[in-house]
Amino acid sequence: MEAAAIPAWRTNLATIAALMTRAKNELIRVPGAAIPGVLAPTIFFLGLNGVFGALTQLQGFETGSYESFIVPVSMLQGAGFTGAAAGVNLARDYEQGWVDRLLVSPAPRWVLLTGNVLAASLRSLVPATFVLAIAFVIGAQWPGLDGLVVCYLMVAATAAVAACWGSMLALRYKSQAAAPLMQAGMMALVLFTPAYAPIELLQPWLEKVAEINPMTQVLEAARQGFVGGVTWADTWPGLVALAGLLAVLGALALREMRRTNA
Amino acid sequence: MSDLATTARVVRALGARSIRQTFRRPQLISPIVVFPTLLLAVQTGGASAGVELPGFPPVQSFLQFMLAGAMMQSMMLAGNSGGIAFAVDIEMGFTDRLFAAPIPRFAIVLGRLAGTAALGLFAAVWFFAIGLIFGAEIEGGVPGALLATALVTASALAVGGIGAAIALRSGSASVVQGLFPLVLVVLFLSSAFFPQELMIEPAKTIAEYNPLSFIVEGVREPIISGIDATQTLEAVAAILGVVVLGLVLSARALRHRLRVG
Repeated sequence: MEAAAIPAWRTNLATIAALMTRAKNELIRVPGAAIPGVLAPTIFFLGLNGVFGALTQLQGFETGSYESFIVPVSMLQGAGFTGAAAGVNLARDYEQGWVDRLLVSPAPRWVLLTGNVLAASLRSLVPATFVLAIAFVIGAQWPGLDGLVVCYLMVAATAAVAACWGSMLALRYKSQAAAPLMQAGMMALVLFTPAYAPIELLQPWLEKVAEINPMTQVLEAARQGFVGGVTWADTWPGLVALAGLLAVLGALALREMRRTNA
Repeated sequence: MSDLATTARVVRALGARSIRQTFRRPQLISPIVVFPTLLLAVQTGGASAGVELPGFPPVQSFLQFMLAGAMMQSMMLAGNSGGIAFAVDIEMGFTDRLFAAPIPRFAIVLGRLAGTAALGLFAAVWFFAIGLIFGAEIEGGVPGALLATALVTASALAVGGIGAAIALRSGSASVVQGLFPLVLVVLFLSSAFFPQELMIEPAKTIAEYNPLSFIVEGVREPIISGIDATQTLEAVAAILGVVVLGLVLSARALRHRLRVG
């Protein structure tokens, strides 16, 4: 008697889960590898707070606490670094032949990409939580449960965007030498926003860039709980921006993955 | 050929190799050029309203103020990149071949440092070019620009000495790469990006004693107001201190490397 075939969706889910477990194992077995991803945003957070903290004396700031203003930036920056690291790891896997073995497996390409992207989303919660804990210790405002949920959602989705971006470059250049491009791209996306000061205090050129940068909506959504109350009007543009970025970069990463021959 | 001439040729050849190596590897050149330029743009565009704060020194623009900080960041990362490349040479056995060659051992370290100093020079020229293109004025004129460039170049050599010492001691590129966050800490805890008087405690107090603050002020002064003998001498003293530290650490690490192989 022939055994019943396992539905494709279950196989796909199992593959995604296996890829996420592999990423988790990497984190557990080589915890040192996660340190730069945690340290860099933390140092940026503490450094920026110490250096530019006096900016809150300027008219136009919604809060007198610069640590509250800057902590969502560092959390998103951590997500960007973590997502880009997923791209670097994919390039390393390609160089070592692991990707070739994945590509000859019967798993669809989108499943392989999804596993990598979701793993990055989960991993991004580590630096975000670390930075947030430090921020609370030095006096950042409690954003409320709704503010916290929205902020973490933005962080996880930003890491997914960064992982798509990193995966696309990893599959295009097939070398870890593309790492600076992965990191610089995400750094620019996160920082060319009202990261350091409210939009009306930016120089005109940066104000224009920030207005068209979709990450501005994401940052404003992540920041709202820390500098005031959470509203749907400040949340939905961030969700739309992330959905758009994920759709575009996800499609481009998938295209590169389909072009990659085992 | 005299010993000195031979050593000079070795240093020149290794220095040229180290520069080529940096420009060929995106991982080495991007921390020196891409990231500091990106941060300069973001900080200048994002925090320029800071010049309106009471206590901010008189400057033509925030970009003018930030140029020295960008040069310092680039110079520090050049030292770190030089250390990483040196450690890669050790890992790949290239340094062992140099140790076996009939050349003075210190020339091997000096060659690497010459390359790092040249990258410091490049960083200074790069950021002066960016500053001038985007309208920053150099108040100290050509002599001021030359002085600032010389200080950045010497600082790169000094910081490169510490990077080389760590590379020699550890023999591991990942260990030297792990110093990257420390470079950021030293930068943020100095007056590289904002006047020390306007920083928040404890960064403000630490910045007051951070040798990098003395160097950055020595580089900044010719840009924002003109050459000042006191600040120049303080910067030179701070650089000399780091050079001595780097040389002592490098000499000890070199002995260790020769002993352990």
